[in-house]
Amino acid sequence: MRRGAGRRPLDWLLSGDRPGGRVLSLLLLAVLLGLAFAPFLFPGTRPLGVAARICIFIVLAASYDIMLGYTGIASFAHTMFFGMGAYGVAIALAKLPVGWDAVLLGAAAGVALAALVAILIGLLSLRVRAIFFSMITLAVASFALILATELRDLTGGEDGLTFSVPRLLTPGFRLAAEPVLGVRLDGRLVTYYLIFVLSLALFLAMLRIVNSPFGRVLQAIRENEFRAEALGYRTLVYRTLAGALSAALAALAGAMMALLLRYNGPAVTLSFDVMVDILLMVVIGGMGTLYGPVLGAVVLVMAEYYLQPAMAALSRSLAGWPVLPVLFHPDRWLLWLGVLFVLIVYFFPAGIVGSLRRQAR
Amino acid sequence: MAGAAPILETRDLTIRFGGHVAVDGVSCAFERGTLTAIVGPNGAGKTTYFNLISGQLRASAGAVLLKGAPITRLAAPARARLGLGRAFQLTNLFPNLNVLENVRLAVQARAGTGLDFLSMAARRRDLAARAEACLARVRLAERAHASAAALSHGDQRKLEVAILLALEPDIFMFDEPTAGMSVDEVPVILDLIEAIKREGDKTVLLVEHKMDVVRRLADRVIVLHNGALVADGEPAAVVASPIVQEAYLGIRTAP
Ligand SMILES: Nc1ncnc2c1ncn2[C@@H]1O[C@H](COP(=O)(O)OP(=O)(O)O)[C@@H](O)[C@H]1O
Ligand SMILES: [Mg+2]
Repeated sequence: MRRGAGRRPLDWLLSGDRPGGRVLSLLLLAVLLGLAFAPFLFPGTRPLGVAARICIFIVLAASYDIMLGYTGIASFAHTMFFGMGAYGVAIALAKLPVGWDAVLLGAAAGVALAALVAILIGLLSLRVRAIFFSMITLAVASFALILATELRDLTGGEDGLTFSVPRLLTPGFRLAAEPVLGVRLDGRLVTYYLIFVLSLALFLAMLRIVNSPFGRVLQAIRENEFRAEALGYRTLVYRTLAGALSAALAALAGAMMALLLRYNGPAVTLSFDVMVDILLMVVIGGMGTLYGPVLGAVVLVMAEYYLQPAMAALSRSLAGWPVLPVLFHPDRWLLWLGVLFVLIVYFFPAGIVGSLRRQAR
Repeated sequence: MAGAAPILETRDLTIRFGGHVAVDGVSCAFERGTLTAIVGPNGAGKTTYFNLISGQLRASAGAVLLKGAPITRLAAPARARLGLGRAFQLTNLFPNLNVLENVRLAVQARAGTGLDFLSMAARRRDLAARAEACLARVRLAERAHASAAALSHGDQRKLEVAILLALEPDIFMFDEPTAGMSVDEVPVILDLIEAIKREGDKTVLLVEHKMDVVRRLADRVIVLHNGALVADGEPAAVVASPIVQEAYLGIRTAP
């Protein structure tokens, strides 16, 4: 360890957890700059939506990694917490007078509920085996999904809720009459930068948490819970707190998602497809380091948006061939993602970040 | 301090696994500042006795008292925080963390800063410095940045001891600390245990097979056999007793 680690501003911001390795640092810098200047680099509504989703999923996947990669706990309820934040904001904006107070109230309620439920799950699963814990989270998440679809009056059921956001965030809002560098300064831009800044702040906060004394105990629990207890750590307390933190952060990601879409429904924030996406992001990027979920989120969100059109083009160009057009039909994109997933888990079990770090050594 | 309660005491301590009684009504008191060796053949119940004292196992019957207060119902973390420090017979580390971090976690547990999630662990030079000092005492300082899994067996045993040192317990429980170590590594650990003993106020429980070590270090020897306490007394007398000679016959003839 360098002397004076943590004295320099960058070390303070990154909590002394530098990416490690030139290639990895450059990649992450590219992601940061790309996201920071996304509206100017990739003009258009669609790219801006993709960039915002990447920001949100970075927070969501990183908060999941606190559980999976750092503490070694496999939970399948992460989308439920994501959904709680999103429904909090959605319900508040749909039922209350639209305004920032409704946004804050909805987000706070979602975060509080998520943390509370996470604590209950943590305490209920007192001393159960890891596999049983995963089953409990799966059951609770299924229950939440059913609840959200059944409580139509509150949640809008299958159809979800469409709602208005504060005027500052609406597409019609103009920050300035004239475009800057060819980009209109409208409510979409404000929404994007709100999400970007919040995501960056939350990511840095998570980096601090995993590099704090508390974060070290989480790693100890992952490595050898029995030994951590013998040292005097009440591991149940730590696991439960980690779960509550992780859930609260997921709920914040959900709140941002609701503001971005001005809509929320079960398919967007509660479905198990989202859970699978989160898992893929963490595993493909690399578990046990928060930089992994960053790259995982970039790769997966981009794949979702651009792999399908690319496959459609490929499929068309292979029109004369047998089988191939079917194989590359855009509907098969999940299949190819699955293949990619298996290959990565097999050849790069430590994910993108793990592999790049090993190379750097 | 005549009449003061022993620092640690077990009363009729018993655990059954199914029909098998692994520790059978062991009553024994340990005075502060003494080193007690616990001997007995493999399977006698020494490790299980330790597990009952430090809380990894719960007793079927009987009681454990620490400084006069019953701790029988407390979980392992609570007992550790009360000053019971345990090193394990089978190496029990945080394999993918580095050697320094393994020890630092123990220092941090002792300092009680585990719930701090806002400050940078790397900034706590004081904690790292204490961890480094513990590593130096077991001659492992130069391996500080290797992962625990990458250490040789002997070095892993040393790390196990360093972790115990870092906990700064009142009671040190060593379970065959030198087993499987090479001949030139053993003195490091034995000298260390002797140094702990010389501090005067530390209590040491030492499971050990080597009779020369027992004679050199122990103030007192107790013998476990089939889970029961069968002998208790001065090292020289106990080691020479027929029951120990018989109990160790099997071990002596082993290759
Ligand atoms: N968790 C357990 N379940 C069942 N039997 C056990 C368990 N732990 C220890 N035993 C049994 O208790 C006896 C004592 O074991 P142990 O305390 O490890 O002996 P020692 O340390 O003296 O070699 C052995 O017969 C062992 O098989
Ligand atoms: Mg044993």
